[in-house]
This record gives sequence, C-alpha cells and structure tokens, in this order.
Amino acid sequence: MKPTRKYPLTLHVNGETYELEVKPQRTLLEVLRNELELTGTNEGCATGDCGACTVLLDGLPVTACLVLALDAHGRQVTTVEGLATAEELHPLQRAFVERGAIQCGYCTPGLIISAYALLQENPRPDEAAVRLAIAGNLCRCTGYTKVVEAVLAAAEAMYAGRSAPATSTQMADM
Amino acid sequence: MKGFEYYAPETLDAAVEILARYGEGAYPVAGGTDLIPKMRYGHVAPQAVVNLKRIPGLNRITSLENGGLHVGALVTLTQLSREALVRERYPVVAHIAGKMASAQVRNLATVGGNLCNAAPSADLAPPLIALDAEALIVGPEGERRVPLEHFFTGPGATVLGPGELLTAVLLPPPQPHTRAMYIKHAHREALDIAIVGVAALVRLAPGTATCQGARIVLGAVAPTPIRAREAEALLEGAPLTEEHIAEAGRLAAQAARPIDDVRGSAWYRRKMVDVLTRRAIAGTRGEGGDLT
Repeated sequence: MKPTRKYPLTLHVNGETYELEVKPQRTLLEVLRNELELTGTNEGCATGDCGACTVLLDGLPVTACLVLALDAHGRQVTTVEGLATAEELHPLQRAFVERGAIQCGYCTPGLIISAYALLQENPRPDEAAVRLAIAGNLCRCTGYTKVVEAVLAAAEAMYAGRSAPATSTQMADM
Repeated sequence: MKGFEYYAPETLDAAVEILARYGEGAYPVAGGTDLIPKMRYGHVAPQAVVNLKRIPGLNRITSLENGGLHVGALVTLTQLSREALVRERYPVVAHIAGKMASAQVRNLATVGGNLCNAAPSADLAPPLIALDAEALIVGPEGERRVPLEHFFTGPGATVLGPGELLTAVLLPPPQPHTRAMYIKHAHREALDIAIVGVAALVRLAPGTATCQGARIVLGAVAPTPIRAREAEALLEGAPLTEEHIAEAGRLAAQAARPIDDVRGSAWYRRKMVDVLTRRAIAGTRGEGGDLT
C-alpha cells in the first residue's frame, strides 16, 4: 500500500494562523498537541465520550478527537491556552483554582472550555444550565459539585465585572 | 487510524462523482462523530473520505411552500434543536435533538449522519418516521425520494446505493389536532444510547378524544426502526381510552423483535416497549406531549 500523502492545512488557533501539512487521518486533537504543541487539550477516551479534548470550533465546543484536522481547514479554533493572558488567568480558571474544582486536572481544560462556551451564550446560568453544559465532560476524581460552584462563581464575578470570584452569600440568590 | 485519500468537494455533483468512482471504498463524512471512532477501532478502513461540509446549502433548514420543512442533511443536532421553524412545527424533533449525546457532539453530529449511520437506536428516526418524513437522495442517476420508514434496511444499512447521498429530510406540513411524543429510555441522560425508544403521534378528531390517525414507531428493538402497525390500526378511529392505550402497548410489544445486548435483554426491551408506548400515547393527550 502506498504511503498516505500529506495535505495542506490552514488553521486559525487562538488568534494565530498556522500553515501546515498533515496526513488526512490526523485528528484536530493530534495536530493541536503534536504539531502545534498546545498540550493543554488532553486526550481521554479518543471516541468523543469524555470531553477532555473539548475546544471551540468556530465558537462552539466540540470534542477535537472527533474532528479530522483537514475538516477544520480555514476555521477558528480556541483551546484552553487561548483564554488566559500572559498576566492573568481567565476568571473561570481562577474560580476553578480558588474553589478547589481541580484535583488531578486532566479533565479541567475541557471543563473550562465547555463552561466558557456556556457563559458566552448565557452569562448568568443557573445550576441546572451549568450541569447540562458540562454533561459531556467526565471527571473521575474531583467530582462535579465544586466544578459547578466554580462556574457559577466565575459567572457571577464576570457578570459583576469584577476579577474576584463571588462569595457564597452572593451565590445564594442564584 | 489508517490513511486514505481526502476530498472536500464544493458541489454535490463533484461529491457524487467521487463517491461513485470509489464505490464502497468511499465514505462521506459530515460530523464525523460516528465515522472517526469506527476508523479508529478499525471497523472501517476507507480508501477515500469525502468531506461534505464545503458543499453550500446542505446545512440549511428551509420552509417548503406546502408548509413543510426541508432539513438539509448537514444540519447539526444543535441547529435542529434551536431552529425556530423546527421548534414551532415539530417540537418533538427539536426536543430530542437537544438531548442527544453531549453539547460537544451535538455541535458536530448531523441529521444525515444520525440517519445514514443507521443504528437501530438512532434517536431521530422514530420521531421523523412518525411525522411521515421523506429522505431526499441524490446520486449518479439523479434525485429520488424515499419514505424514511423504508430508508433503513438493517443495522448500519440503508437504501443508499453507490454514489448516492442523503441530501435532506423533508417533513410534511404539521397536521392540526396532532401531538407527538418520543420517549428515550437510557441509563443516563447524556452521552447514552437508547435501550428502547418509542415515538407516538396521535391526531384527534376536533373536539373529541377519538383518534383519527396514529403512528407508533419503535427504536432499538429491531434491526431497523419499525412501525407498530397493528397498534396504529387499533387506535385509528377509536376513542383514546385506557383500555385502547393498554391494548396498543401490548400490540407494540408484540411487534418488537429485540435482541439481548450490553444495554438490556430482549425480555426487558419488550416489556419496556409496552410501558413506553402507553406512556407516549398518554403523553400526546397533553400530559407532557409535544404539540406537532
């Protein structure tokens, strides 16, 4: 069997444009991690069930393991590396840290991206909306309670235009 | 994953030409959420993969002159669940589309992919068959329409021939006094596959509880989605009494041809067809049923 040829690929990731050549069987996840060395996006199940590889594709959360890299040609990708600035973490990231919503951290980038997509669309979600938005992100150690608290706290902080996460009393009316 | 030739045609004609040229070695890819795991596990090893996402128009939902709807095969589950035209005219479809898989998968997975993958448990099939949807197919010989009920020929198999593509699902105009409900029975709400799925559609004579038309469609309990025709016939022309509903459930369970698998036993599935058929019919009377 003749070796598979490479195909040209233009990817827009976190505001940068990359011109690459990739084999057609490479997934977006493999290209992000191995070609672009953006290793914040993790591979869990590699079959779209766990959400560890969640990125934004044209603004919508998708599991990057289920996207052929060539199918993302010319499209906009945002990974967890695209959220923080050089100086500070994104409010969601800060809230995850401050609320203890991280333990081993493996699922965290995917959860952050799913939560980010939710807050873009619904800046003041209730708990049910948060749980629904992260239903495609499996965590096997931290548990979901602190994650939900962190997302609600970040939403409150972002909505109020502050950088500090909300306190528990501010969350009480949500 | 093994290598393959990759194509991203920009017209339907070009896609059909490539698919016809490779025959069974070519796989169209829409969302990829079924095809990529199959390639990864080595269940399929395409010679060529044809990305359909560059073909304009396949991802649109448009109103038909007769009041029906044209749903392009590349419409994602997210689009289907949010589009006002779908929510207003066929809420039973919008509702299940918004509950399938996960947000990440719904943003990729398409109507056409869910149907062409032809899993007996495909959640869109029972409600769409209940609505008398048609498959619009384009191939080397031109265009043809097939009632969705006859689109599936077995697990993973459809009527699509070499070079043929499902381009859209056509929904007839909503009928007055008609309600439909689809119940998916699964272990968990997200990222799960139906153990049993039952769609019921009931049209009542105006101002009465007499059923004028019914569809009972079962998923995950036969090699393809199936209509429970004897249950439908029992309901048609009859008042929707508890007795009739119970009898329809019993007839639907008889129509099921389930298997034992990891998600449930054949015995359990048949029992649940009875239970869910009764619930779905009762649901169309306004106890949680979606208007259609």
